[in-house]
Amino acid sequence: MRVVLAEDLFLLRDGLVRLLEAYDFEITAAVESGPELERALAELEPDVAVVDVRLPPTHTDEGLQCALRARREKPGFPVLVLSQHVEQLYARELLADGQGGVGYLLKDRVFDAEQFVDAVRRVAAGGTAMDPQVIQQLLARRAAGDRPLGRITPRELEVLELMAQGRSNAAIAGQLVVTERAVAKHTSNIFAKLGLEVSDDDNRRVLAVLAYLDRGAAQTP
Amino acid sequence: MTNTKGADGRSRARETVLAAGRGLALAVVSLPSAVLCLCLCLVSMALIPIGVGAFTTPYVVKGVRAYADRRRALAERWGGVRIPSAYRPVPETANPFRRTSALLRDPSTWRDLRWLPVDMTAGFLTALLPAVLVLYPLEGFALAAGLWRTMTAGPYGAYGPYWYGFVPVSDQATAFGAAALGAVILVAAPRFTGRALQVHFRLTEAMLAPGRAELAQRVRALTESRRDAVDTSAAELRRIERDLHDGAQARLVAMGMDLGTAEMLVDKNPEQAKELLAQARHSSAEALSELRDLVRGIHPPVLAERGLGDAVRALALRLPVTTEVSVDLGAGRADAPVESAAYFAVSELLTNAVKHSGADRIWVDLHHEAGRLRISVTDDGAGGAAIGAGSGLAGVERRLGTFDGVLAVSSPAGGPTMVTMEIPCVLS
Repeated sequence: MRVVLAEDLFLLRDGLVRLLEAYDFEITAAVESGPELERALAELEPDVAVVDVRLPPTHTDEGLQCALRARREKPGFPVLVLSQHVEQLYARELLADGQGGVGYLLKDRVFDAEQFVDAVRRVAAGGTAMDPQVIQQLLARRAAGDRPLGRITPRELEVLELMAQGRSNAAIAGQLVVTERAVAKHTSNIFAKLGLEVSDDDNRRVLAVLAYLDRGAAQTP
Repeated sequence: MTNTKGADGRSRARETVLAAGRGLALAVVSLPSAVLCLCLCLVSMALIPIGVGAFTTPYVVKGVRAYADRRRALAERWGGVRIPSAYRPVPETANPFRRTSALLRDPSTWRDLRWLPVDMTAGFLTALLPAVLVLYPLEGFALAAGLWRTMTAGPYGAYGPYWYGFVPVSDQATAFGAAALGAVILVAAPRFTGRALQVHFRLTEAMLAPGRAELAQRVRALTESRRDAVDTSAAELRRIERDLHDGAQARLVAMGMDLGTAEMLVDKNPEQAKELLAQARHSSAEALSELRDLVRGIHPPVLAERGLGDAVRALALRLPVTTEVSVDLGAGRADAPVESAAYFAVSELLTNAVKHSGADRIWVDLHHEAGRLRISVTDDGAGGAAIGAGSGLAGVERRLGTFDGVLAVSSPAGGPTMVTMEIPCVLS
């Protein structure tokens, strides 16, 4: 799988290159600034881009803006955005186009190499990988403001959290050490309680969950 | 040569007429306005002992201030005389008696009051003079043209000759004398109209410019707010140092020890080494999250990356209460310290609203106009918030004071609460 990497800190860039290469990714370019990233994305046509939010020359949200531009030009182009901090504001911007193939993770997530690589693969395949912190904020806000979530059991909440991060039923089953059938039962319960239609498509499923949580949070009277 | 002289003369004549017109306009407006303002002020203040005045005085004083500011603007536009305005802000939310007493303690209120009688006498005359210098000669010419007959005939004749300046007009010859005097005045007029108007503006300046005592007080206030700022930032640095020392730094040390032990154990007891490595990784994650919180407390990342508008939007997204944010700052950004102060002030207000008001909806409005950043935070909660010693609001007020910002609270019992902040600043 061909990856373009953008990260301005040398140590981190080097570490990410080594990590991804260890998992048989092909790093076509590892760049350190916004303009370089833009060029690499246009010329090399990678399968996925892993991008730091804050990049030179502005040291603001240059990386995020590059990623959003790339996705405007090529809808659904897989981008995994990494950041020293995660903000719902940025997560919304990434999810706003309703296309799959986006990820937004805290940089710390690379500590768990397996999960990080899994997230890159999921994004490259058109899925989503949202940071647990974003999801937790959404759920906490939703739980504080509205009733329907109150009817969801703690176990279902765990499943919902993992589902909103972009995990498949199999992955959720693995994580929670239960059978896949149990997860399927939980998910159909959750969908029923949230009033969502059941869908086989993992990506659509996540977007539906996020959209629902989001809308509910914004509309709570 | 003659051409330029002609052009010179024309522009001189235009200036003279312009000065006369402006003077006339000023005189016509200033006399009744000053009389009205003074009467209203005196009546309103006289009514304070029976209570009514306390309600009317703030409005009257505000009106006088607006009028004085208008005249300041005119002095600058027409006379090039800059008169600084140094009113203390009117406390919008306190009760009428406190507002009135705050206004009466402001020396600029009394300065306005002293200015009004001067403006209706000397100010009126100096404003009228340019117009008189231009219009009076016309009467002289009119007398010579035949007006003298009307002025000396009929019932007027009984009062003796008609006096034009020092010329007694009683027949055509003396009427020509009046015309000659008019011509002399007219020739001299251009030399004096501009000056007379200038005298008027200088007089206004002398009466309205803030005095030394006020400047001294301003210096005192600035010294105080600077000391506050230095104290606050020193305390902040100490807090950061302590947090780093007790938190991230300690965790990194522990991590180093774990790694060292693991290195030693890796051959002898791989199981335990693995455990230590996992613990070290956990410590590093904890250290990172502590550093993240610390950074958010010093300078929030979104603020650095996107500026005040989006930083407040991001803040609103993290609140458990539905919060609407509207931002109108254009593409500009304020200076980093101002942005930071405004952000933390909003953050404090939102935290207060969530914790104490019991509101289930909050509105934040940010906009910039006339060189001021205005922010209002409104909630539909129980109200009853006040700026008092020890309250969070006092802290916010002090923080804004460093930037000459002000804070007003309207929070009747039963709600809603509206807190408004204003910080003078420019966007770039």
